[in-house]
Formats: sequence, C-alpha cells, structure tokens
Amino acid sequence: MVRQYETVFIMTPVLSDEQMKEAVSKFQDYLKAKGAEIVYEDHWGLRKLAYPIQKKSTGFFHLIEFKAEPSLIRDLEIELKRDERVIRFLTVALEKHAVAYNEKKRNEKAAKATEN
Amino acid sequence: MANQQSSEIRYLTPIAVDIKKKKYCRFKKAGIKYIDYKDANFLLKFVNEQGKILPRRITGTSVKYQHKVARAIKRARHLALMPYVADLLK
Repeated sequence: MVRQYETVFIMTPVLSDEQMKEAVSKFQDYLKAKGAEIVYEDHWGLRKLAYPIQKKSTGFFHLIEFKAEPSLIRDLEIELKRDERVIRFLTVALEKHAVAYNEKKRNEKAAKATEN
Repeated sequence: MANQQSSEIRYLTPIAVDIKKKKYCRFKKAGIKYIDYKDANFLLKFVNEQGKILPRRITGTSVKYQHKVARAIKRARHLALMPYVADLLK
C-alpha cells in the first residue's frame, strides 16, 4: 500500500551551498533508489530556529513530499539519523485532507509565480 | 402567587448582565480540514505568551480540532518553528 509522506529536515548552517545541495540530493537519490515517487520539494533556505539545536541557532530547512511504501520510512529515518549534517527531521504521513491542502497551497504558489 | 410577586420586583438601574459572546470553533466555521504544522504564524493564535497551548475553554475550538491543533503545535515545536518554552512571545 503506497502512502503519501512529507519529510522536513534541518541541516547545519555550517555547510556551504554545494555541501548542502549534495546532502539534499543524497536523500533524493536514496528515495528514488528505493522506489519512492517524489511529488514535491521545497527548499526554505536558511531559517532561524525557535530554540538552539546542537548549539546552533539557524539551519537549512528542506521539505520533500513523496509517495512510498510504509516500510521505507524506517530506513529513511535511520539514514537521516546517521547523517551528521542533519540536525533535526520529521516525517509525517499525510491523510487525504493534508494532501488536498498541500496541493491547494502549491497551486496558489504556482499561480502567484506566473503572475509576477 | 409567589411567582407573581417576584416578577414584580423592579430595579432602579438595570442589573449589569453582560451578554456573553458565544464562542465558536473557527475550524468548523471556516471549513478548515487540515491544520498545517509548518504555518507557525497561524498556530501562534493557539498559544499563550509562554508558548503553552491554550485550552478549548478559551479558544472555543471543538474537541476534534483541538486535538489537531495540539498535534500541529507539537510538530512545529519539534522542528524549531515554535518554541517549547518562551517568554513574551506576543
């Protein structure tokens, strides 16, 4: 049974732009290699954290929305945990309302982009 | 008889009975089905200045959505989008 998930992870701010992109692509490739379908991606860039994590007050946020088998999530989370560049992550299973909400938000964003 | 008598009581100044504004669940009213944990600005409405989740008694949210609000806030806290403890948040 394929379900839709959403993962947000925070990377350390000490990474250079290239290192960060490399880290992101590592997880993209990992998901693709395991047969997940990436639906949407969003890079929030450098953001201030509400409280320090590992003595860091900022971090690069990255969001990946994907469709995958539930068994994959465990492996993905282990992968995230092992990576030292990732300081925090959260994976959420999306229910139907959440999927609809994300889609709506995405369409609004796309409409705004074409307007400008 | 007794009832009639009590209804006869007249006050010189009307008694101050403040008409309470009926609380309502904003999610039910607006038809919001999903509460996004990534939208920290919105979730800020459901916490006090210390970052604590406000009770239903104050916000008027229905049980169903209060659970969802609480979950969203907790997720936002985990991702450092909202503080666990704060001072003068507002």
